[in-house]
Amino acid sequence: MTRGGRLFGLWTAALAVYAFLYLPLAVVVIFSFNDSLLNAEWVGFTTRWYGQLFENTEMLRAAANSLIIALGAATLATVLGSMAGIALQRWQSGFLRALPFLVLAPVAMPEILLGVSLLLFFRQVLDLTLGLVSILVAHITFSIGFVAIIVRVRLAGLDESLFEAARDLGASPWQTFRWVTLPLILPGILAGFLMSFTLSIDDFVITFFVAGVGVTTLPLQIYSMIKVAVSPEVNAVSTLLMALTLTLIALASKLAPDTLRGRA
Amino acid sequence: MALLEIRKVSRRFGNLKALDDVSLSIEAGEFFTLLGPSGCGKTTLLRLIAGFDEPDSGEVLLDAQPLAGIPAEKRPVHTVFQSYALFPHMTVAQNVAFPLQMAGKHPEEIGRRLGEVLEMVHLADKAQQFPNELSGGQKQRVALARALINKPRLLLLDEPLAALDAKLREQITSELIALQRDVGITFVFVTHSQQEALAVSHRVAVMNGGRVEQVGAPEQIYGFPRNRFVADFIGTINLLPVEVRVAGGDALRLVANGLGEIVSTPVAEASTGQRGAYAVRPERVRIFSAGDVCELDNHFQGTVNEHLYLGDVTVYKIALDNGAVLEALLANSTSGRTGFLERGAVVGVGWHRSAGVYLRD
Repeated sequence: MTRGGRLFGLWTAALAVYAFLYLPLAVVVIFSFNDSLLNAEWVGFTTRWYGQLFENTEMLRAAANSLIIALGAATLATVLGSMAGIALQRWQSGFLRALPFLVLAPVAMPEILLGVSLLLFFRQVLDLTLGLVSILVAHITFSIGFVAIIVRVRLAGLDESLFEAARDLGASPWQTFRWVTLPLILPGILAGFLMSFTLSIDDFVITFFVAGVGVTTLPLQIYSMIKVAVSPEVNAVSTLLMALTLTLIALASKLAPDTLRGRA
Repeated sequence: MALLEIRKVSRRFGNLKALDDVSLSIEAGEFFTLLGPSGCGKTTLLRLIAGFDEPDSGEVLLDAQPLAGIPAEKRPVHTVFQSYALFPHMTVAQNVAFPLQMAGKHPEEIGRRLGEVLEMVHLADKAQQFPNELSGGQKQRVALARALINKPRLLLLDEPLAALDAKLREQITSELIALQRDVGITFVFVTHSQQEALAVSHRVAVMNGGRVEQVGAPEQIYGFPRNRFVADFIGTINLLPVEVRVAGGDALRLVANGLGEIVSTPVAEASTGQRGAYAVRPERVRIFSAGDVCELDNHFQGTVNEHLYLGDVTVYKIALDNGAVLEALLANSTSGRTGFLERGAVVGVGWHRSAGVYLRD
């Protein structure tokens, strides 16, 4: 094959993969602006589904819940996950070698398993009333591992002698953390926060198990709406959620390029 | 009392004896060098002094106070790291002022000291730049300024020149010597380069396999190596296997197989019949025309085997009658090939009895 032909083949393959990934999403975005109740044919451009969305009180309440949970879960998971990440990087001897596995396992655990076991744990062991708190705890559980990985990778990329230098020059362990370690891993911590936030705001499976009856999040609300039919309103809210998620992912990958994009 | 006393210090890592019963004492104001190949224990020793590690046995005393249990940040000892370890998120000024900030010094004092120190290392105009905007030599000077700003009792330098190119290394070497003289702080310098060690130090400790082989002024270490390792590690040296024929009296008489007698200065540890090596530096070996009358104590005949023209000097490899090859240096005092010895030329080589040393096995 000629060089030109080979290039053409590569480009076609690449485009096909991207189309496979993004066409369904594009369809949702397009139909969210379609002036028709049916997701069948293009009738004309409108933003009225977005207008309706902001008058739908159920939807707004679900969105508010999602934001509260995402902010809370991301904040707590970031604090705990960063601490875990630092510990994983610093102590790598003896039985502590098992720690990374324990912290990272929930990342790979099937969501349905995590959902069921958390439900059992909350109801049978803790006898907790399901609601905001149970969702919050569940989201923290599966986010910690992600934050820990990102923070650990960031730390591993730093010269160990920086921390020795700080101690050597008279900084106490706390001062070393405050003035050297923290500023240097901050991008990783922020990226971890954004990742947790995105994971939390669009989680469906685990939330479905631990939400109980009173509290609804945005993904649960969308699910209950499409039981009837995929309304253009669902398209609109999905588009907004997608935009938020993509923005956060882009921000996170800018902050921690070595973790999320491969080493530059 | 010495400023720093290292007493019978040992440190193991698993099966490896990184330091094996090391004792040293370093005087105030000294430029002291730990020299040895990689893995000889010099960096381990440095880390023990800095407080990043503790010895398994023995003790380290600073100003007669034991350092055991005192964490790195509480020791009046600072380190210049091989990688410089400049904080990448801080400007030059913030990096250099770091020790004073951590000690909670008054901003006015910090500003004044910062000005002085940056002036001293010629970096006043770079104060607001970040480390990644600096050249290797500038980073080196920032690391020095940062380590010196609150006047430690002792400054440790861990291969600080290794990352620089040859030309810059020479320049920074001179700067280091001048700096140490000006600030009067005791420097402990770690290097694997014998050239650096000889050039900068008041005294050198040659280390090998976790032990100190010899301690002394550069010219002592170079001129009177105590054993084969030191002789071989520092510079180039000719080693001839010999046996002691006559020990005691005003001269040590040795015999080299197939060559004849070599006369040397007496050493205490030599005894008749003992085997060892005779060591003589290439620049102490004189070359003269074969057949010239020679009044040097030791003189032999040989053939020029090879020569390496280095510009200022030429290194000749001369095969002696017993097959041993001696290296000899000849300064190129004239241009061109005048006075040049070609391959195959038969020459005489000789040296004074005080030129070499006998090393027992």
